[in-house]
Amino acid sequence: MPVSRFGPAEALAAPLAPPAARGRLAQIRATYFGTPRNAVVSLFCLALIVLAGQATAEWLLLDAVWAGGPEACKAGEGACWPFLAEKLRFAVFGFFPYEQQWRPGVAMLLLLAMCAATMLPALWRRELLLGWVLALLAMYLLMAGGILGLVPVPTSQWGGLPLTLMLAVVGFGAGFPLGVALALGRRSRLPAIRTLCTAYIELIRGVPLISLLFMASVMLPLFLPEGWTIDKVLRAQVAIILFAAAYIAEVVRGGLQGIDKGQYEAATAVGLGYWQNMILVILPQALRIVIPPMVTLFIGFFQDTTLVTIVGLFDFLSSIRAAQRDPSWQGIAVLEGYAFAAVVFFVFCWTMARYSRWLEARFDVGHK
Amino acid sequence: MGSWIRGATGCVAAVAGMVLAAQGAVAGPTLDAIKAHGKLRCGVSPSSAGFAYPDDKGRMLGLDAEVCRAVAAAALGDGDKVEFVPLTTNVRFQALQSGEVDLLSRQTTETFSRDVTLGMNFAPVVFYDGQGVMVPKSLGVKSAMDLDGAAICILPGTTTEQNIADWFRTRGMTFESVVFEQPDEWRNAFFQGRCDVLTTDRSDLASSRAVANNPADYVILPETISKEPLAPVVRHGDDQWLDIVTWTVNGLIAAEEKGITRENAAKLAAESQDPEIQRMLGTSEDLGAQLGLDKDWLLRVITTVGNYGEMFDRNLGPGTPLDLERGQNTLWTDGGLLYAPPFR
Amino acid sequence: MPSDASARPQGGSAGGRLAALVYGDRSRGLLWQAVAIGLVLLLGWQLFGNASDNLARQNIATGFDYLSRPASFVISDKLVPYEPSDSYGRALLVGVLNTVWVSFLACLFGTVAGVVVGILRLSPNPLLSRLMLAYVEALRNTPLLLQLLFWYALLLLMPPVREALRPLPGVFVSNGGLFVPVLHWSAAHLWVGLALLAGILAAFPLAGRIEERALAAGRPPRSWPAVLPAVLGPPLVAALLLQPDLSLDRPELGTFRVSGGGRLTPEFTALLMGLALSSSAGIAEAVRSGIQAVSKGQWEAAEALGLKRSLTMRLVVLPQALRIIVPPLTSIYLSTTKNSSLAIAIGYPDLVSVSNTTMNQTGQAMEAIAIFMAIYLLLSLLTSAFMNWYNARVALRTR
Repeated sequence: MPVSRFGPAEALAAPLAPPAARGRLAQIRATYFGTPRNAVVSLFCLALIVLAGQATAEWLLLDAVWAGGPEACKAGEGACWPFLAEKLRFAVFGFFPYEQQWRPGVAMLLLLAMCAATMLPALWRRELLLGWVLALLAMYLLMAGGILGLVPVPTSQWGGLPLTLMLAVVGFGAGFPLGVALALGRRSRLPAIRTLCTAYIELIRGVPLISLLFMASVMLPLFLPEGWTIDKVLRAQVAIILFAAAYIAEVVRGGLQGIDKGQYEAATAVGLGYWQNMILVILPQALRIVIPPMVTLFIGFFQDTTLVTIVGLFDFLSSIRAAQRDPSWQGIAVLEGYAFAAVVFFVFCWTMARYSRWLEARFDVGHK
Repeated sequence: MGSWIRGATGCVAAVAGMVLAAQGAVAGPTLDAIKAHGKLRCGVSPSSAGFAYPDDKGRMLGLDAEVCRAVAAAALGDGDKVEFVPLTTNVRFQALQSGEVDLLSRQTTETFSRDVTLGMNFAPVVFYDGQGVMVPKSLGVKSAMDLDGAAICILPGTTTEQNIADWFRTRGMTFESVVFEQPDEWRNAFFQGRCDVLTTDRSDLASSRAVANNPADYVILPETISKEPLAPVVRHGDDQWLDIVTWTVNGLIAAEEKGITRENAAKLAAESQDPEIQRMLGTSEDLGAQLGLDKDWLLRVITTVGNYGEMFDRNLGPGTPLDLERGQNTLWTDGGLLYAPPFR
Repeated sequence: MPSDASARPQGGSAGGRLAALVYGDRSRGLLWQAVAIGLVLLLGWQLFGNASDNLARQNIATGFDYLSRPASFVISDKLVPYEPSDSYGRALLVGVLNTVWVSFLACLFGTVAGVVVGILRLSPNPLLSRLMLAYVEALRNTPLLLQLLFWYALLLLMPPVREALRPLPGVFVSNGGLFVPVLHWSAAHLWVGLALLAGILAAFPLAGRIEERALAAGRPPRSWPAVLPAVLGPPLVAALLLQPDLSLDRPELGTFRVSGGGRLTPEFTALLMGLALSSSAGIAEAVRSGIQAVSKGQWEAAEALGLKRSLTMRLVVLPQALRIIVPPLTSIYLSTTKNSSLAIAIGYPDLVSVSNTTMNQTGQAMEAIAIFMAIYLLLSLLTSAFMNWYNARVALRTR
C-alpha cells in the first residue's frame, strides 16, 4: 500500500497557500474564508458540526433520563442512562456466574496488560513470547476454573468482552505462525507445496468468515470420529484461526516480496540452508516491514469476531443484544445499547489504528 | 535458536492442554458421555415464558426446562446437573446432530421428515399444541381468513413457517414474511408494528402476549392452523438414551394417572400396595436396571419435578402469566390425549 | 536458491548415497512434497471416513436430491418469481440473486460516496477534511455487524405502516418499508432504459476525444455541449418511437399493507446502507492515498500550465491515481460481497440465510454449506477477474 510522505494539508494546500499571511487571524481567514467557495464550504461544515453536536448533546445529556427504570426511559426523549447502569456488568461479562465475574475481569485485565506490553517495541524480545504463553494459560485456568478451588465454569457460560478479546487475540496469535508457514509455502520452489498453500489461502479468502463459522459449528463435529466432541467456543476459535492464517499469509508474503533478492543470495553464499536462511535472515526483516499492516489486519479481525453471535456464541455484542431483549427493557433502550457497543469498539480500534500509524512513522525514520 | 524451539514446544503443549481440557473425549453411548461430563447438556429456547426462560438469577424455569431436570434426575441422580444451552429455532437441530446437546427440549414439533431424515428420534409428546395467529385488536380482524396481504413475523426453520405458507397458499391468499431468529426480536418487531401478525404455536402466542406491555391490546384468532405435537428429541442411533428419555416422560404422565406427587412419592414408595406404583418407584422390580439406571430413578424424577400435572400447573396453568387450560393436555381418563403405556 | 549439498557440514561428514538421498536438495524437495501431499490426502480420507460414518449412524440424509423438493417457506424480498411450492433450488437462486444485487448496489453507491469523500478528505479547508476524517474513522472503527443492527433498529423505530409518514403524495415512510410511486413497467420502458445506457457508454469515449483534442489545442476542455445530446438523444428517440406509458403506479394504503408502487423493505435498506457506508469509508481511504501517491510535481506542472484545481484533479491526478486505487478497490469489492452474508443477522433473504433455513429444514448442512461456499468462491473469482481486466486496461492507458 502506498504510504504518503506528506499530510493532506501540505500536499494540496501548498498550491493555494496564501501569500505571506499576516498574523494568526489573517491566516485563519485565508484558510477558511479565502475564496467565496471556500467560505461557503466552511459555513456549511460549521452548520453541520453545530447541528450534529447539538443533537448529540441533547440526546446524550440534556434530554437524557438519568434515574428511574424502564418506565422513566419510555417516557423520556433522550438517552437512557439507567439501562446502561443496570446492564453494564451483564454486557461486559455475559452469563458468567455473577459471583465469579471477578475471574474474567482479572483475565481481561491480564490480556490488556499483555497487549499494552506487546505494543512497546522496546519489549520485543523472546521472553515476551513466553510471557504470552503463560498469560494465556493463566487466563484459561482463571476462566475455566477447576483448580486452586475455583469453581469450574463451562465455556457455554463464557461471554461478553473477555470472550471477544480472547477470540481475537488467540485467533490472531495462533494464526500468525500458520500464516507465516503458508506465506513461505506459497513462495516455495516445490510445486506441490506451493499449490497446496496457494489453494488454501485463496479458498479461505474467497469465502465469508460466516461460512467458516458455520462449518466449524455444524460440519466439524460430523468430521470427528464417533464420540469426540470439541467445545463450541474452541470450534469458533479454530475457525477464526484458520481464517486469520490465510490473511496473515498474504500480508507476510507482501513483506517477503519486499526483501531484496541480494539478501537471499548472500545468505545462500555464506552456506545457510533454507530454514536457517529464512529464520535468521529473511523473516526478521520481512516481519518487521509488515507489522503496521498487521495491526490494521488485527483491527479487522477484532471487529469480525462479532460474527460469532450468528453461530450462537455469547460475545460482547451478543450480550448487549441480550440485555436489550430483557422483557422489562424490551424496545426501550435499543439505540443506547448499540451506541455503547460502538463506543467500546471505537476506543479499541482507534487506539490500535493510531498505534499502527505511530509505528509506521517510527519505522520510516529508522530506515532513513 | 534453542529458545525458539522451547517456546514453540511450550505453545504446542499449551494448545494441546486446552484441547484436551475442553473436549469431553469420550466414546460410546450418550449415557456414558453425560456421566463422564457430569452434566446433561440440554437445548432449550432462549426465552419462552412458561417453557424455558431464565429468572433474575439466571435459573431456567418452564416446562421444557423441567423436562431437562427430570431426565438429569433419572440419568445423573440430580435434577440440578443440567447445563442449559439456549438455542434459536434455526440452530437447534444442528446443535443436537453435532453433539453440542444431548437432549433437545425446545417446543419442537414432531414431524415425519424430522424423525426420518434429520437423524433424530422423538420421545413422547409433552405438549399438544396447534399453530395460531395473533393480531393487534386495533386491526379489527375477526378471522385468519381476513389476513390476505398481511405481513407476518415468523421464526425461521420452524414448522410454523411452512404451515402458514401452506395455509395461505391453499386459500389463494398471500402474505409478506418477515423473519427473526431471536424470539425476543421477533416478538418486539410485532409489538413495534413491523408486521401485522405474529404466528407460532398457540401456547407460545399466549406467552408472547403475556410479556406485551398491554396484553389486552392483542387477540389470538380462533383458527388453529395445524397440529403441533411438541416433544423432546434425541439423536438417532442411541436406543438406550432414547429409552431413558421416553420412559422419563411416560413416568411423569403415569405418575399423574396414579396420583403420585412430589409430596407423597417417598411415602408411596414405602407403603403403596399398587403393583404398578411399586414397579415404577422401584420397590418391587428393578425396572431401572433394564434402562441402565438404578432402581430409584423415577422416584427421583418425581421428587424433583413432580408429576406432569404439577409441572403443567406450575408453569402454564391458571395463575401463571400464560393462564392456559389443560385442554388436550389432560389425561386420557379425563378425555385428553395423555396416555402413558403401562410400566410392566 | 541454487545450493550445493556438499557445502552443508553434515553432507560432507556423512557421505554415502543414503546421505545424499536424504540431504540432497532435489530428493529432499521431493520427499517434502510427498509428505505434504500424503498428509493432506490422509487428513481428507480420515475426515471423509468419519463424516460418512457419522451420517450413516445418525441416519442423516445425504445427496443433493433435496434441491428439487418443494421448499415451502415464503421469501418476500425477491427479484425472480418464487412461490413456497417451488423447489429448494429455486429458493437458493432467489438467495444468490439477492446477494449479487445487494452487493452490486452497495459497491456502486459505496464507490460514488467513497470517491467524493476521499477527494474531500484532501480539501485545503481543514473543517471539511476533518469532517470527512470523522466519517471515515467512525465507520472503519466499528464492526459492520454492529452498524447493520444499528441501522435496522433505527428503521424499525419508524411508525408502523398504518401510521406511515407521508412526506410527499404517494410516498409512505414506515417501519414496513419505503413506498414510492413507480412507472407501470413494460418492454417500452426497458428499451428506453437500454438506450440511455447506450448513450452513457457512447459518451465516455466521445468526451475523452473532445477533451484530448481541446487540450492538444490549448483550449479549456468543454465537452458537455457534445456529451449531453449523446447521452439524452438515444432515450428520447426511443421514447418518441415507443411511446411508453407514463402514468404512475401509486402505492395505496390497504387494510394491512401498502399495495402497488415500488418498495424498499427495511431489511434490504438497512443492509444496503450498512454495506455501502462501510465500503465507502474503505474506498475513501484508498482514493486518498492513491491521490497522495501521485507526485507533487504533477500538481505544480498542471498549475504552471494554468489548469484549474478541479481540472487538474480530473485530468491529471485521478487517471494516475487510478492505477494505485484499483487493487485496494478490488479487495474492498470482494469483501463487500462477502460481507453481504451478514444479511442473516437482520433477516434479509440472501444466499446464506436461505441456505441456513434450508439446512435447518432438510438437515443437510454439509450440502447446503458446500453449495454456498462454492457460490461465494465463484463470485469472488468473477469479481477478481473483472477487476484484473479493468486494472490491466487502466495501467495500459495511462502509461
